[in-house]
Amino acid sequence: MAANVARIHPFTIIRRERYLPISGKVTVRKGQQVAASDVIAEAYLSPQYVLLDIAKGLGVTSKKADQYLQCKVGMQVVAGDILAGPVGFAKRVLRAPKDGKIIVASGGQIFIEVHSTPFELKAGLPGNVMELVDDRGVIIETTGALVQGVWGNGLVDFGLLSISASNPDEHLSPHKLTVGMKGSVVLAGICNDMEALKSAIDLPLRGLIVGGLHPSIIREAENAPFPILVIDGIGNIPMNPVAFKLLASNEKREVNINAESWDKHTGNRPEVVIPLPAGENMPNPRQTVDFSPGQQVKIVRAPYTGKVGKLMNICTGMTSFSSGVTGIAGEVQLEGGDRAILPLVNLEVLE
Amino acid sequence: MPSSQTDADSLLTIDVGSINTQVTLFDVVDGKYRFLASGSAPTTAGAPFNDIGEGIRRALDRLHTITGWILVGADEQLIVPRGMDGSGVDAIAATVSVGQPIRVIVTGLLDDVSLESARNLALSTYAQVEETFGLNDRRKLESRIDAIMRVRPDLIVISGGTDGGASQAVRRLMEVIGLGCYLMPEKQRPEILYAGNQALVEEVKAALETYSTVNVAPNIRPDLEVECLEAAYPQLASIFRRIQSKTIVGLQELEATTNGNVLSSADGIGRIIRYLSKIYGSKKGVFGVDVGASATVVAAAHNGNLRTGVFSHLSLGEKINGILEYTSCAEIIRWLPFPITEDTLREYIYSKHFYPASIPVTPQELLIEQAIARELMRLAYQSMTPGIGKVLNPKGAKSSLDFEPIVASGSVLVHAPKLSQSVLMLLDAIQPSGITTLVLDQYKILPSLGVAAAINPLMAVQVLESNTFQNLGCVISPVGKAKPGTVILKVKITYSDGNETTVDIKAGSLGILPIQTGQSANLQLRPLHGFDVGMGGGGRGGRLKVVGGEFGVIIDARGRPLGFSKDLERQRERNKKWLASLDK
Repeated sequence: MAANVARIHPFTIIRRERYLPISGKVTVRKGQQVAASDVIAEAYLSPQYVLLDIAKGLGVTSKKADQYLQCKVGMQVVAGDILAGPVGFAKRVLRAPKDGKIIVASGGQIFIEVHSTPFELKAGLPGNVMELVDDRGVIIETTGALVQGVWGNGLVDFGLLSISASNPDEHLSPHKLTVGMKGSVVLAGICNDMEALKSAIDLPLRGLIVGGLHPSIIREAENAPFPILVIDGIGNIPMNPVAFKLLASNEKREVNINAESWDKHTGNRPEVVIPLPAGENMPNPRQTVDFSPGQQVKIVRAPYTGKVGKLMNICTGMTSFSSGVTGIAGEVQLEGGDRAILPLVNLEVLE
Repeated sequence: MPSSQTDADSLLTIDVGSINTQVTLFDVVDGKYRFLASGSAPTTAGAPFNDIGEGIRRALDRLHTITGWILVGADEQLIVPRGMDGSGVDAIAATVSVGQPIRVIVTGLLDDVSLESARNLALSTYAQVEETFGLNDRRKLESRIDAIMRVRPDLIVISGGTDGGASQAVRRLMEVIGLGCYLMPEKQRPEILYAGNQALVEEVKAALETYSTVNVAPNIRPDLEVECLEAAYPQLASIFRRIQSKTIVGLQELEATTNGNVLSSADGIGRIIRYLSKIYGSKKGVFGVDVGASATVVAAAHNGNLRTGVFSHLSLGEKINGILEYTSCAEIIRWLPFPITEDTLREYIYSKHFYPASIPVTPQELLIEQAIARELMRLAYQSMTPGIGKVLNPKGAKSSLDFEPIVASGSVLVHAPKLSQSVLMLLDAIQPSGITTLVLDQYKILPSLGVAAAINPLMAVQVLESNTFQNLGCVISPVGKAKPGTVILKVKITYSDGNETTVDIKAGSLGILPIQTGQSANLQLRPLHGFDVGMGGGGRGGRLKVVGGEFGVIIDARGRPLGFSKDLERQRERNKKWLASLDK
């Protein structure tokens, strides 16, 4: 059975496809080194338009309006440019109200596409631009440590990693956020305190990585000015120990957070990348993974959410759980020695 | 059964859902078409496979393991038609509900007339209505153009103007849409579905065909009082498939393999519900509900007239977190027999949002999922049914419509550990009144039968007549007002062996009449205190012949609408009692 995979790896090849949602312009070149927050492509997602009635603007009849046109389709105009006229004794003219491009200029109307701020697609991770995909984006590759999560607030940034927790279930509190953490990416176990989040915003941080985030502060986390990445789930959920150990061992290193939403279609997940120099014969991560005994797995649902263990074996046939629901199950040895029979669909392979 | 009708007509159906892909085999057994077996595997539309073909292949492997039937040849292709050695099948058909809902802009004239019909049409498939343009829209033309560019719709539905009626307003709509389409890059232009004043068809084509594919359907609102969505269903189904083929890798191959016999799962369900309504042909309608991971689908039909509602924002899958935009935590928690905080509920919803294929392991989590399912069904039912009587039966006098049977599908209902949980979810969410029958699609083949009906109608009929669908039982729900504990209905049961017994039904109770599964009995209903049991009005009773379902005959005298205690502890005790009262 095919498994969900969360990549938590101390040293791996990381290759990411970064595409615009619609056609646009790629702003980097092949072979270029980029930082996580560099803009690699841009597009106008929601262009805006202005419609001008020539006849009304010049005070002439609709039939005569077109003969006063002074612009053509495709022309770039700036605010104040004369588009039609002059007419009559007062030399009445029609001017462009905003900078833009003429889309339609006929039938008594001028239609302008207004210049607006383009959507900027950031690299999301530092690395080398391996390929350009026409009008859509790029493929970036790097090497380093990788930790994938489940939720992010959509922002991208990087900074030096500071540790505010000595273990994965430690809660973030205002007093643990010291002035020395200003401008850094902070690692914590759980964030369920609005005051702690406010303190992080006030400092401000460059990023926050937590195991669990309390549901009551999601709205504030979404609006935080820096990336917030949740590794294990929404709730009072400690960070899984594998991710915590790996991240904590990289204190004071530069970490890159891409806190984009988890897109099941593309497979893009919110993630932390810690760049490291490439080694020799580094294997590419496997694209697809089937469940098999010996794998390290993370449990994604109650009653063991966020706990990590080893898949000991896959049970034959269907197994009935205490809820009465049946499914294909595996026996998992949890860290600490306990064993549990759990549905494979509630497990995520770590690799 | 003449053998010529059933010769060599084995059929394989493939249902590609957002979580699982199920393949189902039908063939002739003892001269009649029967459901044989099904196999399923996780759908592989998303990463890392990004091709639905892999999931189909794995589901076929599973089916092969179960049945031993060889379906795939050495060339890795499905064997069609069936070979002399018995391998392969004679026909294949598929249904699809995987993929993002298509983005739609609906346009019309009056908000509660053509615009409402256009919205209803769009929501009969897996769609999200992102914008509406109507006569009362006071926005400037450029603002509406901005809206088109922001939404980047897959489809624009144009309705408006009764046949031979308004035309100028429709022309103004076309101007906006034409300009919007012109401004979009060629590859991103939406399809157009015109279903308005038929006098303007050629004008619409002339104005918009330069930019987009224009599909024409009969007027969905030919008259102010008449809505005819069904006439546009085929065009909408084709458009849906074309749009989804662009984003779902493997769908085009599936179209080729099935010779184009691909429907949306909702269309498949709709077809069967419509068919059942023709068979029953009663004063009542037939209702179907499917709670899925991509949407909650409801379908209601009366004498062959169908209305389908696809609620993509109400699902148990990745978009489950959207439910809290339409209902509150308290309204979900009220269905639970144990206390939880709103935060606990939110945590559950998020974990399901992140891992939609995961399943509840603990009894508490199971009951939370079932509580959410109740709200999904309740919201979908309530959105669908106001005025449904007039919609499906325009010549009838009533705006409401009673349904019999109510057919239910979806994993949360079908895979509930106890059937009593399935029954209670349906009763709580739909709250039928009078007399009805609950039927469970225990093998989740409702969409498959719908698409199969197009290839082999006889097969669909015979499978429906078989025991493939589970009769949960006849439900009698008296409606009226009385204090809890008051006897409101006397039921005299006369069994087929002549034995008789009388049961008093008290207000507020939920229980089962002791009639064995498959056993027939005659019931004499005598409502008291003016209660209405669906036999012609308050206080009117009569005789009723029933066949016992899995739950014999269920009497739901809890009242309509179902009342809830403000005392949460008391309500939790009530929930426990209701569940226990259906335990066999």
